[in-house]
Parts: sequence; structure tokens; C-alpha cells
Amino acid sequence: MKRMIKPSIPEHSDDPRVTIALTVNGETVSRTVSVRMLLSDFLRHELGLTGTHVGCEHGVCGCCTVHIDGKAGRSCLTLAVQANGADIRTIESVANGDGTLHPVQQAFKECHALQCGFCTPGMVMNIVNRFEEPGPLDLTDNGIRDMLSGNLCRCTGYINIIAAVRRAAELMGRA
Amino acid sequence: MKPSLFGYHAPKTLAEAGAILAQDADATVLAGGQSLLPAMNFRVAAPSALVDIQHVEGLKGISIKDGAIAVRAMTRHREFELDEQVRQANPLVAEVMQHVAHVPIRNRGTVVGSLCHADPSAEMPLLLTLLGGSVIAQGPNGAREIAAEDFFTSFLTTARKSDELVIEARFPLLPAGAGWAFDEVTRRHGDFALVGVGCIVTLDAQGKVQTIQLAACGIADRPVRLTEAEAMLKGSTLTPDLDAAANASLSAVVAPDDMHASASYRRRALKALITRMVTKAASRVRPGAPS
Repeated sequence: MKRMIKPSIPEHSDDPRVTIALTVNGETVSRTVSVRMLLSDFLRHELGLTGTHVGCEHGVCGCCTVHIDGKAGRSCLTLAVQANGADIRTIESVANGDGTLHPVQQAFKECHALQCGFCTPGMVMNIVNRFEEPGPLDLTDNGIRDMLSGNLCRCTGYINIIAAVRRAAELMGRA
Repeated sequence: MKPSLFGYHAPKTLAEAGAILAQDADATVLAGGQSLLPAMNFRVAAPSALVDIQHVEGLKGISIKDGAIAVRAMTRHREFELDEQVRQANPLVAEVMQHVAHVPIRNRGTVVGSLCHADPSAEMPLLLTLLGGSVIAQGPNGAREIAAEDFFTSFLTTARKSDELVIEARFPLLPAGAGWAFDEVTRRHGDFALVGVGCIVTLDAQGKVQTIQLAACGIADRPVRLTEAEAMLKGSTLTPDLDAAANASLSAVVAPDDMHASASYRRRALKALITRMVTKAASRVRPGAPS
């Protein structure tokens, strides 16, 4: 039979490679990577942390949001080499080791704030970080919409996500 | 959606960074990457090399000196937005910052990077133009100060030479007692402005305009000071002259129709924003108050 399917992935790459060392979810990791590897691909393909989702790869959808040195940021708009020496936190670190959900995750569950769930890791990482920032939170509808404005959801229509952020504030004593 | 191949440098000193830029005219400076990396992922931009300046000594932080806020090259938008000293010294900054993309983008993107990217509808170039600020470009023969009006030369183009690194931007403080306002029209909150307008005004004891600065973004290939309207409003009591001044600004709209808005829509948005921003800025004037 004629072979129709033929992989075209090159077996080796001539990309310049750099060895990077960084902390991911508290663990020190070191890898030698292509200079053009995005942090999102590094987390997913090099480390197998596939909870960080890749949607648009140009910074619009927010699905790939992780914490970079304690601040929420787009892992698709960060090169892995830029994260050399950085402290990265992904969705895999948010729930407790025993499986107990983080209050933001608990609130998303209670309020039915996810349907397909593709955008959820980015939403959670963004909101968790906003709750970690000092200073008052604007928990009006407009304030929460502003907090969520960098994350797209194509299922829910956002209403339950807004409710979940408010519920998370209650659970965390920030309401 | 992956970038094409490039060389990567992570210099530790200004001299090292300068040497790489001097050697390779197609190398690009990487700061926060929030405009550059999308362009590279789309392969709209394909620099030969990236000079990642995040580890370069002395490029972090904000200081207030000589009547201006000095923002170093690696200072993130969010730092500029939340800095308490900046809020006191120039409340216009925080008002503008609300409109720059979203918090996770502001956490990474840098103020100076946005200036150097020079998107004609972006807020940072408008803010620098409105305030009459400047940037400091470090080149092989030393540093030079470039005024905002000379820095933004065209669409995504600045007066920075390929062997120069912009190390600082200087945003002047507001005049004593001045009122300020900024707003923009966008398709969605956080998007680039279709039109944005900023205004800074001081009034004399009789309520007449003492000084006025008015600027817009999204209407041309660079941010624009609306000097004709400024001249018409100076010395006026605002209300009777505002309509005419706004009308006189409409010829500044030279951006062609695009997928987001027609030129005629931009003119209508510009007129509405000028009227609102001048009025709002005037309502915030604190006569006799220290700056």
C-alpha cells in the first residue's frame, strides 16, 4: 500500500541552543532549548506541564497565563530563554498536594464558571495573581470584568465567571 | 505561530548591549516583548538577533528628578501604573495606564519598549507627546536626549538609530494646579485606541485658559499635538470656543480607512473626545494648588 502519511518533522534542528535553569512550581529544572522556543511550549513539551493551554499564541486569549516571578504573564509572549533564572508557577501548582482545590478553583466549580475548560487555567492563574496583589480589589461587575478582560472564554458568556471571582473573594475573606 | 530563527544575546552591561547593536543593524532590542513577540510569532517581524536587555545593569526603576518622571528601560507598565510617587506627581499616568492592554500584559510590557515600538494608536507614545517629554538614547558616542516630537517619525518608526539603545524616558510632571484627562474609543476595552485624546490645562483666576496641552493618537502615523486647537483655546473661557477648536482639529485625522474604522468615524470620535477631555480636564483644575 502506498504510504500516504509521512512525518515531515526534521530529526535534528540547526537552531542555536541555550542551556537555561529556572524554578518551575518550586522545582529547579535545567534544559538546553532552542532560542526561539516559547515558554508555553517549554512548559508543555519539555516539562510535560500541559495544564498551561495554548490558544492564540499572540497574547490575546490569555489561556497560556502563568506566573513569572510572581506576576501573571503570557507564556506565549515570553521566550523560554527569557525565563532563565526566573521563578515560574503554573496551574499544576495551584491546588494542594492532596487534591483540595484553591479557593479560586473551588469558586469556579461552585459557580459553574467553566464549560469546556480550555480557558480555565489561564483565568485561574490571572485571578489568583490579582488576589495576591496588595491593595483593594474592585469587586463591582465592571471591576471584575476589567480583571477578566485579558482572558477570553468562548463558552460561558462570562456571567458565571464573574460570579466565581466574587465567590472566590468571599472564600478568601476579601469580599 | 512560532517565531522564525534569530540569534539571542543576553548582555549584562550597556557596553555589551551597544556592541551587539553596533555590529548588527538588523538586531532588535527585546525588553518585555509584549509587542515584539506577537509580531515575531506572526512573522511580521523577523529580526536577525534579539538583544535581551532584562539583565543589563542599571535599567530598572523609576525616579523623579528635574521636574520629570524618569522611567528606565526595563520598567514594566504595571510598575509605572502603581507607583505611589508617580500617582502623586502626575495623576494623568494612572488614568492613561488603565487603557493599556490588560494587567497580565502590563505586568510584562515595558513603558520604554512601547515608546520604541511606536504604534501610532498606542497610549505611551501619546502620553510622552502630550507631556512634551523625551527619551535618552545611548549610542556608541554617548547619550543624547530626543524630544517626543522628534522621536516618533512614522508608523512603528522612531528616530532611534540601529546602534542606539533607549535607556530612559522622561515624562514631565503636571504644571501646578493643572487639570488633566485622558480617554479613548476602542472596539473592546484594552484594545488599541481607534482614537485617544489627552488634555492638560491650567486656568487663571478669571477662569481663562492659561496653558493647554492637547494631543491625540490613532489619527495619523504618529501621536499628534493638536497645536491649532491649543492656540484657539489659550486665553479663552473654553465653553464658547471649544466647538470651533475641536472642528479645527479634524484636519489632523490623516489615518486612512481601515478594518476598524473609517476616517470619518475617527473625525467624529476625535471631536467628541476633544470636547469631553477638555471639559473634564478643566473641571479638575485646582487654582493655586501646588503641583
